[in-house]
Amino acid sequence: MTATTAVDRRHGLELLRQMLLVRRFEEKCVELYSATKIRGFMHLYIGEEAVAVGVMQALTAEDAVVATYREHGHALVRGVSAASIMAEMYGKVEGCSRGRGGSMHLFDAATRFYGGNAIVGGGLPVAVGIALADKLAGRDRVTACFFGDGAVAEGEFHECLNLAALWSLPVLFVCENNRYAMGTALERYESETDLALKAAAYEMTAWSADGMDVVVVEEAAQRAAAEVRDGRRPCFLELRTYRFRAHSMYDPDLYRSKQEIEHWREHDPIPVLGDRLRAAGLLSDDDVAGLEREVAEEIEAAIAVAEAGSLEPVEELERFVYWEGEAP
Amino acid sequence: MSVAPAATITYREAMRDAIRHALLADERVFLMGEDVGAYGGCFGVSRGLLAEFGPERIRDTPLSESAFVGAGIGAAMAGARPIVEVMTVNFCLLALDQIMNNAATITHMSGGQFAIPLVIRMTTGAGRQVAAQHSHSLEGWLAHIPGLKLLAPATLADARGMLAPALADPNPVLIFEHGSLYNLEGELSEAAEAVDIERAAVRRAGADVTLVAYGGTVPTALAAAETLAGEGVEAEVIDLRVLRPLDDRTVIESVVRTHRAVVVDEGWRSGSLAAEVSARIMEQAFYELDAPVARVCTAEVPLPYAHHMEQAALPQPEAVVAAVRRMTGEPER
Repeated sequence: MTATTAVDRRHGLELLRQMLLVRRFEEKCVELYSATKIRGFMHLYIGEEAVAVGVMQALTAEDAVVATYREHGHALVRGVSAASIMAEMYGKVEGCSRGRGGSMHLFDAATRFYGGNAIVGGGLPVAVGIALADKLAGRDRVTACFFGDGAVAEGEFHECLNLAALWSLPVLFVCENNRYAMGTALERYESETDLALKAAAYEMTAWSADGMDVVVVEEAAQRAAAEVRDGRRPCFLELRTYRFRAHSMYDPDLYRSKQEIEHWREHDPIPVLGDRLRAAGLLSDDDVAGLEREVAEEIEAAIAVAEAGSLEPVEELERFVYWEGEAP
Repeated sequence: MSVAPAATITYREAMRDAIRHALLADERVFLMGEDVGAYGGCFGVSRGLLAEFGPERIRDTPLSESAFVGAGIGAAMAGARPIVEVMTVNFCLLALDQIMNNAATITHMSGGQFAIPLVIRMTTGAGRQVAAQHSHSLEGWLAHIPGLKLLAPATLADARGMLAPALADPNPVLIFEHGSLYNLEGELSEAAEAVDIERAAVRRAGADVTLVAYGGTVPTALAAAETLAGEGVEAEVIDLRVLRPLDDRTVIESVVRTHRAVVVDEGWRSGSLAAEVSARIMEQAFYELDAPVARVCTAEVPLPYAHHMEQAALPQPEAVVAAVRRMTGEPER
């Protein structure tokens, strides 16, 4: 019992640390955006942390991840360093995409993080192709493909679920349903709002789960990933979540009520996990303080790297349009 | 050097031979697209390949251009060597997001972390009375996009030889096969000759005028050159072969010799590849020119069905000859 509890505690603290890292990192990003250190489009994941943190627990280092333009959290949890992400947002050459991508286009070959795609639905075909290559090469790997509810209205969603199911490809489709496609509510753009039902129509196992509870998310993701791995076929997970912040830094957030936001804040995934751990006697105030300190140090170090980073010489402007060197 | 026997072969067979050899040479290579398997390819290019290589490597896709073109991108990023067949250029419009926003950008957006060794083949062009939605020539549009490479094989040797270097290229390469060329027939050495995918080629030498063409307009330009030769005007015919990046040098060297140029392009004139080639000649050889660069392009109409109207819309050898006569001061006949 004691051993099991110790493992549970360690894992619970790790889940909490990862969610805190994403939350505090993005809160810092807001400050840095206001200070014009970060520019361009920036989309915050605050409120949705349980989704990326829970799902990533079910992946191995060999698996692949395809994400959206709201992907700071996915990159951080996948293991892309906070420093290289922050440097990217600063437009510095030390960034994970050398400053060529910015907030929406974080890439990291080392962790099989295939981006940051900023066209809604645009990452799904890429994920299907990665899974196809793995299957053809006989590699036993899963490709996790994150996308929002808005993508479900795109043709690419339907084309890709069909293709993945038809060809039995190992894709874990993760729909982060935050109820809004930018500012248009799900009920206002979908004739059928049960998204898992749509996916099930393509002959794959599909279900919905509470995306505000990281333990529930992890459990669902483990089950789904196991089904993908064992069955060598796709699986669809709808995680019901909510973004506490506006769509982007440009969004005046006029399309939803304060009451609605407050209601969802009561389900904030960080206190939800904290309360769960405390109730089990697995979390103390000191633990929380320790995690906060650890996370703050990591973020401060990341900012220091970004601040000290260098700008790529303009002479290199036309690099990387084509691959440099021999085919890999 | 041993001389391999030459066999009579069509453009279609040359292309099939190229795919077959690519599949034999590298187990990472596979072909996917609409009707490439059981049907044998809409234009018969892949006939027989399903039986030889099986459904894992010759993959019939649903009618979902965005999904399977994007899947080609993802597969290439993950180490495979996909050949994606988009039945015709007209349908690549349904996959333009994947081609432009992913294939052309990801190497750059990722700071050079991901190569995209992908080949996308598609039929292009008009001339078969299939009307406005099936007769596009959009090479010029796609050649606008940095990050892509575009090839237009217009000869049997290029139909046979361009695929291997395209697959070896770590970048997305689009190959345009003009529908009028599939039945082109001739002799080709059975020993596959490697061709470059960097340079334009002089298909006919001449000192009086340069005719610049690609794909389906190469035979048009050659026919015009033949007529002109009968009138004592020696036209040099340049086959661009590579539409992006353009080989300026071969074109400019020719213009420096001939002092006149006509660009023959099946695309519409406005914003065409012909416009780009013309601008480059102006930029790099203005003082060599004895006459303004001329263009013979498709009339700016959606391609009509009726034969006489379609032919009137397309660049014809007679129009090329007339353009040359205008710039050489020959009276119109």
